[in-house]
Amino acid sequence: MSPPSGLLRRIIPCLDVKDGRVVKGVRFRNLRDQGDPAEIARRYDRQGADELVFLDVGAAPERRDTALDWVRRTAEQVFIPLAVGGGVRRVEDADRLLRAGADKVGVNTAALDDPPLIDAIARRFGSQCMVLSVDAKRRPDGGWEVVTHGGRRPRGRDAVAWVREGVERGAGEILLTSIDADGTRAGYDLELLRAVVAAVGVPVIASGGAGEPAHLAAALEAGAAAVLAASIFHQGTYDVQQVKDYLEARGFPMRRPFHE
Amino acid sequence: MAATAAIVDYGMGNLASVLQACRHVGLEARVTADPASVAAAAGVILPGVGGFPAAMEALRRRRLVEPLQRQAAAGRPLVGICLGMQLLCDASEEHGRHPGLGLIAGDVVRFPRHDPRGARRKIPLVGWQPLYPPRPGAWRGSPLEPLEPGTYQYFDHAYHVRPRDPRTVLAESRFGALSFCAALRRGNVFGCQFHPERSGPDGLAIYARIRRLIERAAPADR
Repeated sequence: MSPPSGLLRRIIPCLDVKDGRVVKGVRFRNLRDQGDPAEIARRYDRQGADELVFLDVGAAPERRDTALDWVRRTAEQVFIPLAVGGGVRRVEDADRLLRAGADKVGVNTAALDDPPLIDAIARRFGSQCMVLSVDAKRRPDGGWEVVTHGGRRPRGRDAVAWVREGVERGAGEILLTSIDADGTRAGYDLELLRAVVAAVGVPVIASGGAGEPAHLAAALEAGAAAVLAASIFHQGTYDVQQVKDYLEARGFPMRRPFHE
Repeated sequence: MAATAAIVDYGMGNLASVLQACRHVGLEARVTADPASVAAAAGVILPGVGGFPAAMEALRRRRLVEPLQRQAAAGRPLVGICLGMQLLCDASEEHGRHPGLGLIAGDVVRFPRHDPRGARRKIPLVGWQPLYPPRPGAWRGSPLEPLEPGTYQYFDHAYHVRPRDPRTVLAESRFGALSFCAALRRGNVFGCQFHPERSGPDGLAIYARIRRLIERAAPADR
């Protein structure tokens, strides 16, 4: 038996967590309660998810301990990689999340405010757990601008240039969200994805806009190392295994566990 | 009483994940930075994420180098995971050349930026890759014994081990056209470049086997 030569692409359900509960809304508004993070994580794990991304959308400083609690409970029950973002502002925040059982931390706004934070986290814990999360919005005159706060705050930086700087500083992975596509379920911004994939030598996770399995295939075609999706899984329209079957039929080999 | 494994805490490991996996398979384990506890443990797990030089420095500062070497010499199971496997080797070329624990002959080198066809690799290697035995029967008596060839495990690394003695290669995987060492074994010393604690049921099956190895190595009267 000869091993496949390409790398397997990853399918990553994303869960937004507020006050220890998984919530779903459009651009952080009209949030509806979807359940317990550990329980939902277990369901995706059973369906064959390759990794999980948690975004703590209610991670105000005074609530950090709550965040640690659900991260710990999830990591006790789910044995696939867990990335946790939201509210990571200092190296100590990353340390606490990793000690609670997260495998990677996502850093977004704080990295823009203080770029050396990327260097510090990468040096201390390794590039493999420093995920730079970038929200990008199309400029009317071409290109993409980095935005924060769910797209409401433009940061005046070119997204591709920022991603490049982040990788030079030590980011080991890029979680790239198109704010224009996010919540539309009309597909990822493939042009943005191609531009970022071409610009850096680290894996890029495509995010924002997945509405059907064909969108995920298009993102993999465009060079994404992994695809992140939320609503198509949460609403039970497709489970992870169905999506994997679809992608496999389109020539993207997927992981299958031997032991159930 | 059940044998207790020491999970070595030198400030850089994914300790929580490793401890949770041990608990899940019923292996009693304690996270410790105490050299005496490490030296006395029925088995030792050396986790690790981060940079090689900083990790060796942390092990030296905490006086853990000798207990780890003694554990290996005493014939008790010693399992290095990810960076922990790299630390078992002679040296790494990460940020210069730095000596390791010297328990497995070999060097740690960075993945080449380009594959043989000139295409740029995305480094670190992040994701699920299949394991293959380098020769038939290689997994017998090792923590990989319960796996089928081709089983996927989760990897996340930019450097890989090049063992000098091919007989120490326990499993191989591939990064594009490059075949690399995914697991090591020399007697009671094991290393896996991947993260079995994050590799679902197939990874937990490895932990269950590590538990058996540690319990078998422990004196029965403990």
